[in-house]
This record gives sequence, C-alpha cells and structure tokens, in this order.
Amino acid sequence: MDLNELVSTSGEWLRGSGPESDIVISSRIRLARNLAEFPFISRATQQDRTEIENTLRDRVLEVQESGELEYVNVNDLKVIDRQFLVERQLISREHAESEGARGVAIARNEQVSLMINEEDHLRIQVMHSGLDLQSAWEQIDQIDSLLAQKVNFAYHPKLGFLTACPTNVGTGLRVSVMLHLPALVITRQIDKVFRSLQKISLAVRGLYGEGSQAMGDFYQISNQITLGKKENDLVKQVGDIVPKLIEYERKARDFLVRESHENLHDKVARAYGILRTAQTISSEETMHLLSSVRMGVNLGLIEDLQIPLLNELFIHTQPAHLQKLRGVELDTADRNIERARYLRRHLNKSNGDEAN
Amino acid sequence: MKCQQCNKTATFHITELTKGKPQELHLCEEHARQYLTQEEEPAVAPSLAGVLAQQLAVGQTAEELAKLDQRACPVCGITFYEFRNQGRLGCPYDYVCFQAELDPLIVNIHGETEHVGKKSARFPEGTEKRTQLIRLRREMKEAIDDEDYELASKLRDDIRKIEESPPHKKK
Repeated sequence: MDLNELVSTSGEWLRGSGPESDIVISSRIRLARNLAEFPFISRATQQDRTEIENTLRDRVLEVQESGELEYVNVNDLKVIDRQFLVERQLISREHAESEGARGVAIARNEQVSLMINEEDHLRIQVMHSGLDLQSAWEQIDQIDSLLAQKVNFAYHPKLGFLTACPTNVGTGLRVSVMLHLPALVITRQIDKVFRSLQKISLAVRGLYGEGSQAMGDFYQISNQITLGKKENDLVKQVGDIVPKLIEYERKARDFLVRESHENLHDKVARAYGILRTAQTISSEETMHLLSSVRMGVNLGLIEDLQIPLLNELFIHTQPAHLQKLRGVELDTADRNIERARYLRRHLNKSNGDEAN
Repeated sequence: MKCQQCNKTATFHITELTKGKPQELHLCEEHARQYLTQEEEPAVAPSLAGVLAQQLAVGQTAEELAKLDQRACPVCGITFYEFRNQGRLGCPYDYVCFQAELDPLIVNIHGETEHVGKKSARFPEGTEKRTQLIRLRREMKEAIDDEDYELASKLRDDIRKIEESPPHKKK
C-alpha cells in the first residue's frame, strides 16, 4: 500500500459525518483472536511469528467483506511511517513499537484494519465515523465469522475465545466511542463524569488509547468486561451511555453560552487568533487550541470555518503527518515552525486573507 | 441566591451525598470551579499485576507462593512467575494448567466465569488438539538444539500427522 496516497486525506475517524458528529467523533469495535496451534506472542519464536503472519495474512486477504484490503509489512516500515499509521488509528502504539514479524491489512476506506502479531495474533478493528456502533458490530461479526471458517481460533468451551491477557478473554470484544468533550473540561465536570463511568465498569482513555493523555479534549469510552456478557449487550452498554454524555456536554455548552458568554467567546477567539498567527507551535498546544475553535464553530461563535477543515487540521498537524505532507523528516523545532506555517496557510486561506 | 463564598450570584447548586447526610452548596462559577477541582483524584482501575498480587497474598504462605511461581506450563513452558511479571500468558493451554490460579483473577476482572457470547465455529476439542502442536514444535526445537536428530525427526512426523488431520468437524 502506498501510504502517501493516504496522507492528503483525513481518514475515517475524522471524516466528521454520521449521527451526533459534533460530539461523537467515531465508533470503534475490535476483536482479539489467536490461532490455536501457536503460542501467544510472549512465548512465540521468530519462526512462530513468521508462520503466524503468513497464515493469517493469506486468510485475511481472502475476506472480501472487509472491502478492498492492502497489506502493510509493519516490520519493514520506517519509524515515521509506523507513527503515521498510529496517528491514523490504523495500528496501536504497541504494534508500532514492538519488534519482529508483524503487519496490518487495511481497507482502502480505512474502516477496517486487521493487525497481525500485536498483543494477540489477530486484532480485528472496524471504525465508523460518528455514533454508529451497531453497524460496526455487524460488519466485524461477519468478518470474524468468515475467518473462523478458515483458521482455528483458540477457544475454550467455558471461557470462550482465549487471549494473551485474561482481561480480554471470552468475547475478546472492545467497544469504544471517541467523544469531543471540551465544555465538560472547561466546567470541570469531566472527572466526576469519569468516576461515575468507572463505577459501571467503563474505561476512559485519551486519544491514542492506553496511557495517552486526553489531547484536544478527546476521550474514548469503552467496556472493561469481556466475559459473561453477550456481544450485543456489551455494544449496547457502551451505546446506551453515549446519549447521556452527549446531553451532559450539550448542557455544559448551553451553560457556558448563557452564564459566561464573553469568557467563552474570548477563549474561542483567542485560540483562533493564535492558530492563525503563531510562528512556532507544538502539537499539544495545537490540539488544545483546535479543540476550542472546534467547539466555537459548533456553537456558531466562529462563522467562517467548516468542521471538515478543522478535523483535517487535527490530523495533518500530528508529527508524522506533518512530515509526510512536507516530504522531509524534521526535528521538533523545525516541526513546530512547519506546523505554524501549515496552520496559517490553511486558516487564513479560508477567509480570503493571503497572509502567510 | 448569592454564592456562599462571595457576593456574586450563585449559578452552581451542588448536593453532596458522600458525607453521610446531604449537604447543599450554592456557589458562583469561580468558586464552584475551585470546589470541584479540589476533589479526590479519579480512582485508578486496579492493574492486573496488582489484583494478582493481592489475590496471591491471601491464604498462601511464602513457601507455597515460591512453589507456585516455579510451576511451568507443559505446553509452552511459561512459569507462573513469568506470567505474574508480564501479565501475559504463553499459550491457550495456560488457561487449563493454571486454572485454579486464574479463576479468581478472572472473577475479579469480569465478575463472571462463563462465556455466553459468540461460539467458535469449530469443534470445541479443536483447541486442545491444536495446542499439542505448540508443545511438539517446542520439543522439536529443543531436540535440534541438543543435536538429537532422531528425536527431532520423530517429533516432526508427529507434527505432520496433526497438521494433516482435518482441522475441524462441524457439530
């Protein structure tokens, strides 16, 4: 697959369409599976890993239901290209940073990716823009069933699908929804919301999964339990909580508009101002400011910007994307200058201002 | 209504239920923000290693623990100590041979012990038969390392036999 073809687009998860897409960024479902005749990754020899990769790659590529798939040998990729796939949410950080034979099959539309030799032999992921868990589940269920006819997945009559870590055993299912919750952050209600989610066994993570910070006010909500519940119930458990979180976020936004309109408008306008004029800017600050601007656009405080452009800026200003777009590798200082230049060019172009 | 801590209008009305009896607070935006941020840190989900350590500490002597740590899976060779350290199992058979230790851990994580979701499309015994391949391949590699080629070739034949047998039957 030519990764350069992907660079200029923004991918599925930031497509910015689908139901409730001003708050719900994307819906993602993954299944963990292992081949019965090989040890799990921690005990696999290099030869095992190669055989696992060969077996799964051939079977995975036969599954037409995933859409047109392209296989990427992650072990052969340059560090920047692995980082690019992580930013794109097509592989995990763990998959990018580990060693040995491994790869990923990616659908052209980026809705499906199948990681081989991650923590488990196979991690199937389906991602849809907006709040769309049910159809994502139907798609992944179908892909899994077709694969199960071609290979022997490790399965125990009582425990279900066996995984390298007992936290995933049973269904191997992780259902997650990515939300943009800037108003809950500003009104300091976010920790309370998270504590109540943890009480009902839902996990909260940042933008790039485990251990990552909640950059740009993006949060992923997912199930923690994988055993003893039907897949549909797990999908429903996460799906049912989302409308409540949307309601809280909307209430917090209404509250800010009503009670501190000037402060809010000021915050949004300053964020927009910095992004349009800065000469050097870090990735973290960019995410933080774009988050304010995104909320400002959704609340009608900024009228000359469209959400698709903003979503594109979120991903294009990430380190690997920025370098791939520029066509050269840059150190941190040069990246910050290039990022500021990229932002000025795109944000000033949209309202006819030629300043660069 | 005025903020309980200054003269501004109270826009946050908070009812705390955690300290025994309900306690009402009326605060302006600024003081509400201060109040809400001084709350305790969000509870961190217990790590797998932490849960495991806690469980093993209950009802086991140090001697029993040391003995348990040395137990190894006959299929993949992983010791319980290694699993405890890295939090990752070595092969599907670990769920059988460390069952007594894993069961309470699984209840702790999931609150359940039985899978009720999607079933494998395959004959359930498929996994057990297949895991024998893991053991045979490991033994063959060890035989080659020991230059015991006679044993290695016998093991290779055993492996082929399993590989060529029909992988599954429909129920």
